[in-house]
Amino acid sequence: MIEHLLANNEEAAAVILFGIGFTMLLFHKNLIKKLIGMNIMDSGIFLFLASMGYIEGRRAPILTEGVQEVSAYINPVPAGLVLTGIVVSVSVTAVMLSLSIRLYKRYHTLDLDEIYLRSRHQMEDR
Amino acid sequence: MEFIRNIPLFAIIVSLFSGPLCFLLEGKAAKRYTFCLELFLIAGFTALFVYILKTGEAFTYVMGEFPAPWGNEIRAGILEGVMALLFLLVLFCSVYGGSSFVEQDIDESKVHLYYALIHLMTAALLSILFTNDLFTGYVFVEILTLTSCGILIVRELGRTTLAAVRYMILNLLGSGLFLLGVVLLYTMTGHLLMVPMQQVILELSADPAAMPTLTMAVGIITIGLSIKSGLFPFHFWMPDTYGYATPASASILSSLVSKAYIFLLFKIYCRVIGISVFERMPIRSILLVLGIGGIIAGSVSAIRSDHINRMTAFSSAAQIGYIYMGLGLGGMAGYSAALFHIMVHAVTKSQLFLTTPRLAEVSGGSLLFKELQGSGRRDRDAGVFFTIAALSMVGIPILAGFSSKLQFGLAAVNAGGKALIPVMLALAVSSMLNALYFIRTIIRIYTADERTEVRPHHGPDYLIPMLLLTACNLFLGLFSRGVTELIRTGIFLFG
Repeated sequence: MIEHLLANNEEAAAVILFGIGFTMLLFHKNLIKKLIGMNIMDSGIFLFLASMGYIEGRRAPILTEGVQEVSAYINPVPAGLVLTGIVVSVSVTAVMLSLSIRLYKRYHTLDLDEIYLRSRHQMEDR
Repeated sequence: MEFIRNIPLFAIIVSLFSGPLCFLLEGKAAKRYTFCLELFLIAGFTALFVYILKTGEAFTYVMGEFPAPWGNEIRAGILEGVMALLFLLVLFCSVYGGSSFVEQDIDESKVHLYYALIHLMTAALLSILFTNDLFTGYVFVEILTLTSCGILIVRELGRTTLAAVRYMILNLLGSGLFLLGVVLLYTMTGHLLMVPMQQVILELSADPAAMPTLTMAVGIITIGLSIKSGLFPFHFWMPDTYGYATPASASILSSLVSKAYIFLLFKIYCRVIGISVFERMPIRSILLVLGIGGIIAGSVSAIRSDHINRMTAFSSAAQIGYIYMGLGLGGMAGYSAALFHIMVHAVTKSQLFLTTPRLAEVSGGSLLFKELQGSGRRDRDAGVFFTIAALSMVGIPILAGFSSKLQFGLAAVNAGGKALIPVMLALAVSSMLNALYFIRTIIRIYTADERTEVRPHHGPDYLIPMLLLTACNLFLGLFSRGVTELIRTGIFLFG
């Protein structure tokens, strides 16, 4: 068990990071910490993908010094996926931060439970 | 290659570029542009659908001259064609049936942004329907999440912002899980295009040691997408989200966005995992149990609510339960019943969400039941449309809801075994509960009240979308056999 984890230490770290982020996003009351959790969760996935795509001793797939064999290079697709994922994660974070600002301006707190209570008091129900 | 095969990609690209274009236009012009583009897209997809029916087979559209297993692909078959057509129709009806509320609920200087979001959302919906590549699916799932959050928060109430935050948090959890599942499948298969993935997975599934990992990956994807589509027990965000959004948004979110996720999930089951491998996994029975749980929980909460939109939202939770129950039952009958119900629910729920604010309009702007008394008499058009949609939800024959319930029953009989009795019980109990809360509402809106002023008939901007949705409803009810045959051919072509 332990040997397996040590042999796949990057994957193990990625899964632990994912777990930490997921739990924070789900259970934390503070909006900003929730967002940090989301970013940790995404980083976990990117680490997983990047470590899967990297092979020790090989180089980025850019032809240099006339080396033509495929075995000299790594697969570029995982790196591409990580980049796309980072772009998505940044835009989602931006939207969530703007929502947090709007909530903070209205309810003057970032605690979601507190916001929920305060919204109950302001009768906006039609 | 025939020109008509370009339509899906063309529609996606035009919609993507229309977003920024609407950003530059003014509110009225953006609305007119959206109107024309939607009609144009509907015409295009009708032509595409006729073409697919004529050839009788699906086609793949290779982008950038890189054939599989490289490059990116779009696939168009009967299922994608029929869903795209229906989605565009419902989108059109929702945007136009709700456009007067959009102008009321949103600041005038921001109306054009709403239409920009609608275009981006159209692009995302179409891409999710047509893509043949799992990662492209993920990217557009995120775009759909962002745009749906956008059309939710355009109404600047505290409650909608709060609802949007909760909606986004759950959606982000779902997206994270979905991405993890996709990455796991990618590391196992080395592909992202669906067809080569399926080949590798078929080989892998012969090895008993690979099955647990495969099941875990599929399970993670299932949990992710079911959180996003609002399967029990993740349905609690629905009432706030649908209840306080502007009517067009509520209609689009409940009838299209959640359905797109379910369609993607079904596509993954059929085209990535393969039905034969999927049916060996224990995921189906979990979906069946959660589906039944959703039906009962949604219906009970709907009965307990005193706010008509919250009731309709909880009823959505129950209907999502039906769809997952169909997927859980499995077999051709179960899957076709689930897909048929996606269509039925899209048509019916959008009509309900567009009608309730009209009833509220003649009741002092309140959506609470006690204020709505007699509103069907004061606004006769809205009363009639609400009654038709509600009766369809309850399952009165000739309306679409009846056909889909019948099909779930037949699918349960087909599946037999342990599933038969719980499914039949769930169908019976939920039909009874549905009847209870919808017929109670119908009686309430037609009970005489001291307010007797009757508003004149609505203009064509409301009547045409509503008549279109009612026509779709009747069509699905009367020609359910033909539609089901079509869906079954589509599933067969799916893999």
